[in-house]
Amino acid sequence: MNWSQLFSAPLAFKMLALAAVVFAVGAVTLRNVFHCALSLAAMFFALSGVFVLLDADFLAVVQILIYVGAVVVLMIFAIVLTERITSTSVKQVNDLVVPGFLLCLALLVGLISVVRVASWPSPAGGPQADSIKIIGRQLLSTHVEAFEVASVLLLAALVGAVFLGKEITKK
Amino acid sequence: MTPLSQYLALGAVIFVIGLFGVLTRRNAIGILISIEIMLGAVSLNLVAFSRFVETTTLNGQVFSVFVMTVAAGEAAVGLALILALYKSIKAVFADKFNMLKW
Repeated sequence: MNWSQLFSAPLAFKMLALAAVVFAVGAVTLRNVFHCALSLAAMFFALSGVFVLLDADFLAVVQILIYVGAVVVLMIFAIVLTERITSTSVKQVNDLVVPGFLLCLALLVGLISVVRVASWPSPAGGPQADSIKIIGRQLLSTHVEAFEVASVLLLAALVGAVFLGKEITKK
Repeated sequence: MTPLSQYLALGAVIFVIGLFGVLTRRNAIGILISIEIMLGAVSLNLVAFSRFVETTTLNGQVFSVFVMTVAAGEAAVGLALILALYKSIKAVFADKFNMLKW
């Protein structure tokens, strides 16, 4: 079963790209941070659609699971624990809007011109039929050191988050 | 199939949007959201290269898994830091975090 043939119309890519860009802009510019988090979740849904177009179905599912299921929920928890959502009258941007916008525009023009000028390869071979098996084998053979380091990093992040989040009762 | 340059252009646009958010948001949670957008754009590029340049080993997708791991850890620690800061100074705005100023 080849999913890319089902979606292979360029229209699907254009619509997903448009949705991703629109929701990314929303996540960056909306005033209410809660709406920003929801827009981030929508952007990751669109991005995982693009992953499906690239025959990375495992990664698309993992993206939704981790980002929408864990990271965005964590952010919403942090937002409701800190921010008073109704107080949207506070200024949400700093003084760097105009220079930041110009800098980002210059970077975007540079990146797009490089992307347009360079000669990129056409698709190499067909898609892998069993990407999950290959990814699992790669993780435990070629990249096993990085895998172990990533697990230690996750453990350190867990301990650090618990330590930072607990009540400090001394002094 | 859509050519590789379009995927790279989409990645560039999303990355720049995230960079703009990092530079201009005052809310620290908003800055974390923008960083997640940038990391998502990077993993889009990795997956696109993995599909177009070399499909036998899927190294790009494996790298993308690591990017997600680091992003999850970064979000957990960052939000814990923001909560700890909010407990001490009652604000989530990045320009209020100036206790280290000399």
